[in-house]
Amino acid sequence: MLPYIARRLVQAVPVILLLTMISFGIMHLAPGGPGAFYSQDLSSPRTPEELARMRHLYGLDRPMPVQYISWLSNLAHGDFGSSYRNGEPVLAVLGRTGPATFLLMGCSMLLALAVSIPIGVLSAVRRYSVFDYLATSLAFFGISIPTFWIGLMAILVFGVVWPILPTTGIQNPTEPFSLTDRLRHLVMPVCIQALPLIGSWTRFIRSTMLEIMEEDYVRTARAKGLSERAVTYIHALRNALGPMVTLLGITVAYMVSSTAVVEYIFAWPGIGQKYIFAAIQDRDYPILLGTLVLVSLLTIIGSLLADIAYAIVDPRIKMGQGENAR
Amino acid sequence: MSSVQVARGLTLADGPVTKTWMSRLRGFWRRFARNRIAAFAAILLTVIYLAAIFAPFVTPYTPEKQNLLERFSAPSLRHPFGTDQFGRDSYTRALYGGRVSLAVGVASVAISLILGTLLGLEAGFTGGWPDIILMRFTDAVMAFPTLFLIVAISALVGPSLFNVIAIIGLTTWPVVARLVRGEVLSLKERDFALAARVLGFSPRRVMLRHLLPNTSAPIIVAGTLQLAFAVLTEATLSFLGLGVRPPTPSWGNMLTVAQKDMFVAPWVAVAPGGLIFLTVLCLNFIGDGLRDSLDPHLRER
Repeated sequence: MLPYIARRLVQAVPVILLLTMISFGIMHLAPGGPGAFYSQDLSSPRTPEELARMRHLYGLDRPMPVQYISWLSNLAHGDFGSSYRNGEPVLAVLGRTGPATFLLMGCSMLLALAVSIPIGVLSAVRRYSVFDYLATSLAFFGISIPTFWIGLMAILVFGVVWPILPTTGIQNPTEPFSLTDRLRHLVMPVCIQALPLIGSWTRFIRSTMLEIMEEDYVRTARAKGLSERAVTYIHALRNALGPMVTLLGITVAYMVSSTAVVEYIFAWPGIGQKYIFAAIQDRDYPILLGTLVLVSLLTIIGSLLADIAYAIVDPRIKMGQGENAR
Repeated sequence: MSSVQVARGLTLADGPVTKTWMSRLRGFWRRFARNRIAAFAAILLTVIYLAAIFAPFVTPYTPEKQNLLERFSAPSLRHPFGTDQFGRDSYTRALYGGRVSLAVGVASVAISLILGTLLGLEAGFTGGWPDIILMRFTDAVMAFPTLFLIVAISALVGPSLFNVIAIIGLTTWPVVARLVRGEVLSLKERDFALAARVLGFSPRRVMLRHLLPNTSAPIIVAGTLQLAFAVLTEATLSFLGLGVRPPTPSWGNMLTVAQKDMFVAPWVAVAPGGLIFLTVLCLNFIGDGLRDSLDPHLRER
């Protein structure tokens, strides 16, 4: 167990270093380097002398490796940069926008779980039935639908044609916070964000269940004379939840960015909306790169913790299985 | 000299050429069409893409042709999907938008497949340091939240057709590289690969002539699914104003305008969005069908 954890930790170090190097490289993709945009946007330093002074002030005239090391050491000290717009640190921005995003993500994931687990299990139990074909086809619709388009359609239908739901924001700005108002604002973004999750999770649960139903312990349970229902819901489903937890871990990281488009459509004041505005409107590069690096680091740490937790729960990992990907 | 001739006689990778190309294709289609939905999706997608490619012959209008007398006219026989705020024909614009979508999809997937396959082959076959470096590098790239990464690069390098292709291609190859590497790791221990190495073929020849053909099934499946991803990503980027810019019509930037105009003329949002959805749906169904027909042991139960 300990050697496994140690090996995973050691493996994470070069990945994190590479990740910061790639991010740093991306920052310098901009024509003229990151400084060029700074001067363009604030339109204050017009002359070359002013620009040079600005670049010196921000240390952009130093050699690349020196800039990289100093940026890296800032990261290590918890300084992920601050907004060109108003100087707000990236961490503060994420602290401000994070709760809205996690509320949206959490509700969508709960909804997706509540829908996809029963459908996936039933699909597997009645494999090749009409229900199974229907569910599998609907799952394809879920994973193929462009969320920004179906979001616009939902706004058109439930906001304009048949106006029963609010279409923008997280709460009615003219009224104090109320739970019903918050829930009404949540309905559309949550349902839309849940669609692709329902699609992919249904398929995942179906195939996991089918795999497990052929395991020896399931046959043993059947041989003991247990009812099919007990075999499915007690023996098989419980073992399907393990892979499900891993999938949830991966999904959380993926969702922070995929939620962005839904947040943008519904003017939901979360991380993703802020990120898209920083990209298309404010050209606020420190916000972009700070968020990118921070979310990626959290992804790596998250998957590391998930692997370790999984190794503690599932003793087969220690034996070196599940190690085929190195 | 003689060893090469021995090798020719064995025809390790090629096999005896008894079937013609056409009959192979027909056999493949028969297996593929057993999945009815996938076959239907393949036909529908072909129709959509042919209509886009031959757009000038399919529609009497051009995508830029304005007719201010016919602003926001509802769908009719003359304009099956209605017109937009400048009286441009939405059907025509959607067809030309399909060209952009197809071009971005095919070009970016080509970049992704070529890079991913070559690096995956090299890493899987050579092992050692190149393999370790590639694996850690792909770990790092795949740890980035994909959409955030793509949005950030697009914002930095600026929106253009070429940039969208490059960005999607260069951010998606690690998935292919890992897939190919995994295949190669198991294939290179198989008898035919050992035989080829024992015969003294160069590593390059073993990789390209013996291992690569045997990884083609998973690569084709992955390529189809990547195409679906590329179509969706191009549309998303163009919708946000970070992809293909107007006046060139793309399904994504048509929806940017539709976001404001759909309250007056709902049809402007239906055509481009519906086409994105149909295209991605078809590609996903085709990918699933290909997995079943090309590679029995990848088959999902």
